[in-house]
Amino acid sequence: MKKIIEVEHLVKKFDDLVAVDDISFEVEEGEIFGFLGPNGAGKTTTINILCTLMKPTSGRATLNGFDVIRQQNQVRRSLGLVFQDPSLDIRLTALQNLKFHAFVYNIPGTVAKRRIEEILSMVELWDRRKDEVRNYSGGMRRRLEIARGLLHYPKVLFLDEPTLGLDPQTRNHIWEYMLELRKRENITVFLTTHYMDEATVADRIAIIDYGKIIALDTPDALKSMVGGDIVTLKTENAEAAVVEIYDKYNIEAQYDGDDVFFEIQKGEEFIPTLVNNFKSGLQSISVRRPTLDDVFMKLTGREIREETGGFAVMKKQWAMRQTRGGGGRFR
Amino acid sequence: MNNLRGIYIIWYRDVLRFWRDKARLVTTFVMPFLFLVVFGTGIASSMMRGAGDSDFDYIQFMYPGIIGMVVLFTSMMTGVSLVWDREFGFLKEVLVAPISRTAVAVGKALGGATIATIQGLIMLVFIPFAHVSPSVGGVITLLAVMFVFALSLTSMGILIASRIKTIEAFGMVAPLMLFPLFFLSPAMFPTQYLPAWLGIVVKFNPVSYGIDAMRQAVLGSQQSSMFGIHLFGFRMPIILDVAVVVMFGIIIGTLAIRSFRIQE
Repeated sequence: MKKIIEVEHLVKKFDDLVAVDDISFEVEEGEIFGFLGPNGAGKTTTINILCTLMKPTSGRATLNGFDVIRQQNQVRRSLGLVFQDPSLDIRLTALQNLKFHAFVYNIPGTVAKRRIEEILSMVELWDRRKDEVRNYSGGMRRRLEIARGLLHYPKVLFLDEPTLGLDPQTRNHIWEYMLELRKRENITVFLTTHYMDEATVADRIAIIDYGKIIALDTPDALKSMVGGDIVTLKTENAEAAVVEIYDKYNIEAQYDGDDVFFEIQKGEEFIPTLVNNFKSGLQSISVRRPTLDDVFMKLTGREIREETGGFAVMKKQWAMRQTRGGGGRFR
Repeated sequence: MNNLRGIYIIWYRDVLRFWRDKARLVTTFVMPFLFLVVFGTGIASSMMRGAGDSDFDYIQFMYPGIIGMVVLFTSMMTGVSLVWDREFGFLKEVLVAPISRTAVAVGKALGGATIATIQGLIMLVFIPFAHVSPSVGGVITLLAVMFVFALSLTSMGILIASRIKTIEAFGMVAPLMLFPLFFLSPAMFPTQYLPAWLGIVVKFNPVSYGIDAMRQAVLGSQQSSMFGIHLFGFRMPIILDVAVVVMFGIIIGTLAIRSFRIQE
């Protein structure tokens, strides 16, 4: 398959801060590629470099075969972009926003007209095309931005946290469009998110933390790093339960308060055996498949959702956990 | 070719937004009306009592200055619109498009200048209040002067807006620029009676030449001759006034494009 994005040793420094720290990766044509990491990990900076909005400190990147530094205009023609923050002219109508875009990207009038109707119908905004965008809800604005990003038949569509701040229903809706779209137009989608469930739609995911790619694989392969299903028990005496599990099955469980956790292959087959003669006052038991949250936890020792508070807080929480539970904690 | 398209669409969007915003068209009348009819009448009647120079019609004198004021202040709105585009995110859509930064800045400057010229033209409805009767040639000249004048000022707006990134800060800085430019010009008073130091400052203000050119266009060179700007003992003819504005526009426009390219 053709490589649509190639990144080699990309570095971006802001004064002392290294936002992107020597990353290299490739994206294949037609793929949905996810960039997953906590806020401030360098996702948006990488996108900005690939979209020619920012120059890298060193390294090189190409998109659709064009160099992002030397062939800016060709790169810009090849990509569509849905930004993290809104970027519509809310004083104009949906139609006017799209016409502006079509003109800027030099799409001939008749083609543009057909395309606008097609794409607005797809995101179910055709009936509202003559409304000013300021009367749109957040979800409608997002859909319009996605429509706009697709208008000029880009080879790559960048979605930077496309569903940030939207309700779950709208999020699902938007993902339906994206998957339909991929089927229809063979477009490559480059996606950043810190929602784990969202990242699972990707064919491959790069997990990025502190500007470095710490893992890159398919969602299933990443999940298999965790080493099986996660079993959670609630017991009367957590410490006793940990000892019992170790003595009987040679499994090193961890605990946090009343909760006891461990990983095991084929968790649902193991549960009957476990429950049968468990002595430490079992109250409840559950088993679940590993999520990307668990993968991130395994790789970094942190949870991805800890967006606020910065590094100091994270370090403190991590230290607390060490003393409390012993080792990492799964949830 | 592509950059021409870019300039055109950026220009078109700003003009379209202006056209859709009818409130802005209406409010345009209020301030000039107050200045011309209330302030102008007040000053004129008090001057009558003092000097008793019956040849001097103050309202007639200040009318071109008020047109200049409208052009000056609405031109600065281009800067505001750029800051707004940045704040509301639309600027990113423009910056990631396959058009150059230069085209964006030029389109923005032309769009703002078009709007300012339209606003200035609307001021012609006050002709009956202003005791003036400009010739057709005078109005056409005024139109051209207004556009050139506005273009140099919108460039200044872009230069400032490329440095100042928030609406609040722009709201603080813009009046600090506008009011000195406005008051240190022959817009509201003839400059030949000023104390020497103030007269020199006025001559260094590029806005003075724009206003003087507009006054000559509206009143005719005869009528306005006694209030003109004198450089090295010569009365500035309209063509030289315009030349000064054009020079200023080229310098500030170049700086604006450079600054916009670096900052964005």
